Amino acid sequence: MKYFASVVLSLLAVCVYSTFSTAAYPDKAITYTIPFGPGGQSDIEARRQQPLLEAALKQKIVVQYKPGGGGSVGWAELVQQKPNGYFMTGINIPHIILQPMARGNAGFATEDIVPVAFFQATPIGLAVLKDSPYKDLAAFIAHAQANPGAMTIGGSGTWSGHHVAHLQLGKMSGTEMTYIPSTGAADSVAQFLGGHVQALWANSSDLVQHADKIRILAYGTKKPFVGAPDVPTFESLGFPLYASIDRGVGLPPGTPVEIVKILEKAFLDIATDTEIQKRMIEEGYQPLAMGYEESKAYIADMVKQWEPIVKEFKKN
Amino acid sequence: MDLVIEGLLAVLIPANFLFLTVGVFTGILFGALPGLTATMGLALLIPLTFTMNPTAGLIMLAGIYVGAMYGDAIPAILINTPGSPAAIATTFDGFPLAQKGMAQHGLVAAAFASAYGSLVANIVLITAAPPLAVFSLKFGPPEYFWLGVFGLTIIASLSSGSMIKGFLAGAVGLLLSAVGMSPIGGDVRMTFGFPQLQAGIELIVALIGFFCLPEILSNVVGKRRATYAKDLVTPTLSVIGEVIVSLLKKPVLMLRSSAIGTIVGFAPGAGGNIASMVSYNEAARWDSNPEEFGKGTIKGVAASEAANSAMAPGSLIPLLTLGIPGSPPAAVILGALMLHGMRPGAELFTTYANVTYAFMMALLVAAFLVTFIGSFGSFLFSRIINIPSRFLAPAIIFMTVLGSYSIRNNMLDVWIMFFFGLVGFISNKLKFHPAPIVLGLILGPFVEEGLVKSMLTGKAAGGILPYMVFRPISLVLIGLSLMSILWPFFAQWRSNRRQNRTAGSGRGESQCD
Repeated sequence: MKYFASVVLSLLAVCVYSTFSTAAYPDKAITYTIPFGPGGQSDIEARRQQPLLEAALKQKIVVQYKPGGGGSVGWAELVQQKPNGYFMTGINIPHIILQPMARGNAGFATEDIVPVAFFQATPIGLAVLKDSPYKDLAAFIAHAQANPGAMTIGGSGTWSGHHVAHLQLGKMSGTEMTYIPSTGAADSVAQFLGGHVQALWANSSDLVQHADKIRILAYGTKKPFVGAPDVPTFESLGFPLYASIDRGVGLPPGTPVEIVKILEKAFLDIATDTEIQKRMIEEGYQPLAMGYEESKAYIADMVKQWEPIVKEFKKN
Repeated sequence: MDLVIEGLLAVLIPANFLFLTVGVFTGILFGALPGLTATMGLALLIPLTFTMNPTAGLIMLAGIYVGAMYGDAIPAILINTPGSPAAIATTFDGFPLAQKGMAQHGLVAAAFASAYGSLVANIVLITAAPPLAVFSLKFGPPEYFWLGVFGLTIIASLSSGSMIKGFLAGAVGLLLSAVGMSPIGGDVRMTFGFPQLQAGIELIVALIGFFCLPEILSNVVGKRRATYAKDLVTPTLSVIGEVIVSLLKKPVLMLRSSAIGTIVGFAPGAGGNIASMVSYNEAARWDSNPEEFGKGTIKGVAASEAANSAMAPGSLIPLLTLGIPGSPPAAVILGALMLHGMRPGAELFTTYANVTYAFMMALLVAAFLVTFIGSFGSFLFSRIINIPSRFLAPAIIFMTVLGSYSIRNNMLDVWIMFFFGLVGFISNKLKFHPAPIVLGLILGPFVEEGLVKSMLTGKAAGGILPYMVFRPISLVLIGLSLMSILWPFFAQWRSNRRQNRTAGSGRGESQCD
């Protein structure tokens, strides 16, 4: 009887606690998982946010790493966590969309992740070395068309943003070019600077860093990229190609909307800070401030855009 | 030159010197605990450096990097567990030394050789970084492939007992390296339904499993020995001088090891993991008494540690001049530079020259601090193995679990570690050395990446084989690989001939002179 009573009491306590917990959220430390190794851009961004989030939420933010599988190990972990708002993981587009689509057994489904906000984008651009004979995208494509398969373009990963941009450009321009994936951005940049590939798909942050040695042919943005306003967009050159890596944060499936909203506000307040935006642009990023609803719609939109491409090229 | 002196003065400002010392201690700690890495130590301290001025922040990071390169030798020598993959070769002679009651010799040799390697590589970094960085870019996919193949040929001499067993173990290592996502194609292989295995088998987990656990099982549990080493160690001050002098008398060994470390370091992406093994291998090959290696000689420890410490400044060469990190810790340092608004490349040596030179001089001074801390720390560290097994063994097992979990926050890694421990225990009994397995695990992705990329690029260029072979660095590496694989046969022939000639005259040299 005593045992029964204590069980009932503790169950009651849990119920009361959980009804009140949303109101009091957050009342303990929040884990912020980075699904990549320490020192990467996702980590650096999280470290920049950490003190500001702590000030806004009045709780400790514990940053931890869960690297592997290009992020999928971390996201597979995220979707199995309790949806109570105390466990969040950095999310990246296109990774969270393309991995389940291309691999089938990534350990998570895109729609399982509840996006809180997206705060930073890294537009993807196509670059050649300064001494390359291709002065613009038209000359580049013309040469690639004349020599099918001989043009080698480096990039980071298979079924990554770079890879899909490569496939899209090939399809839109009707050319066959060879994509040479590397395991990371640093590797692919080194191969490119060493002349082992003729061109490179890369993130704006990497391109900005090597600006003095390279010529950027185009960026996959809708409007010219703020960090390099003179570089044309693919769209302005006749290829409606939009490619970027978007960084945000997500929660496990089933997280109450009230909790999502509290975190959304904290992240968006940081993302819209003009000083932080200014620094992001200097480092080669595009500041973003996309909330919960907008992020959901954006993800759904990108799923629609990429599904046919992955389906088409997955076959061969 | 003014900049060099200015940089040195910046490091010697008391506050900055304090940051450096704190950094070195932190680095030694992160290096020494398997599961905590130099990369993690650097990443953890980066937020701290936000609020510091860039010079002080970078000086501290330099301390961590250099300290960690020494720290990983401590568990390698004492408990046969490399603190990081770069210290695998340190166990080959370090652990036998400790077993002979000469742990202090090993620790001092590691500290001094680390500092020596670091010093040589730093001088190269300060004087010749730009041309070397340009050279490093010449490493394309074929060069990676052949470098990996060259690394694998070390198995031939690592497994002096039985080459078949060595290559079998190496093949198992290569197979294990194929678990998880393929580096280029992105296909998921051999995950057996565990999504966590997409990340592949973590090197540190395999190291702890294959090196540390079997030793505990066989030495402590199996033989029920009261202490971890056969002989207790009694540290004395004279050992420090003795070891340092005997290493100074081997300038060829020290310089060659440092040079190998520097070169492997600045080849982007190669990392220091194989530097120490290549260096150890060469040390054993060219030594007048190669049979001493593997049985506990400070020459072996020095060869490994000089190379892995030289690799740290080496990996900063392409970083500082081109913005391309040569190792994971270098990538974190790149992040720190960017956060302070300093873009690697020419700017770093003009606009921010003060900070850059202070950073490089900090690496240099840290090397001296490591010798100092390591030499005197050896009194404390070496006594660790005097602790009775009934306290030490559980403590080590606790650390192995913690270490294999913490590296990726993944429980599956702990089970994998235990599994490898059992496999390692059994295979040790069957006279399989774990080093070829781990070498296969390290080099597998390396070789695979180089091969697949070469094939893709070669196909686009019109011919795979000509693209892979007819390149100057490729040809050199192919030559080295052939030499390395044929060497054991040559050495066998030579020692047979020598034995015939000098039959009867025994050898009785001691370890330390």
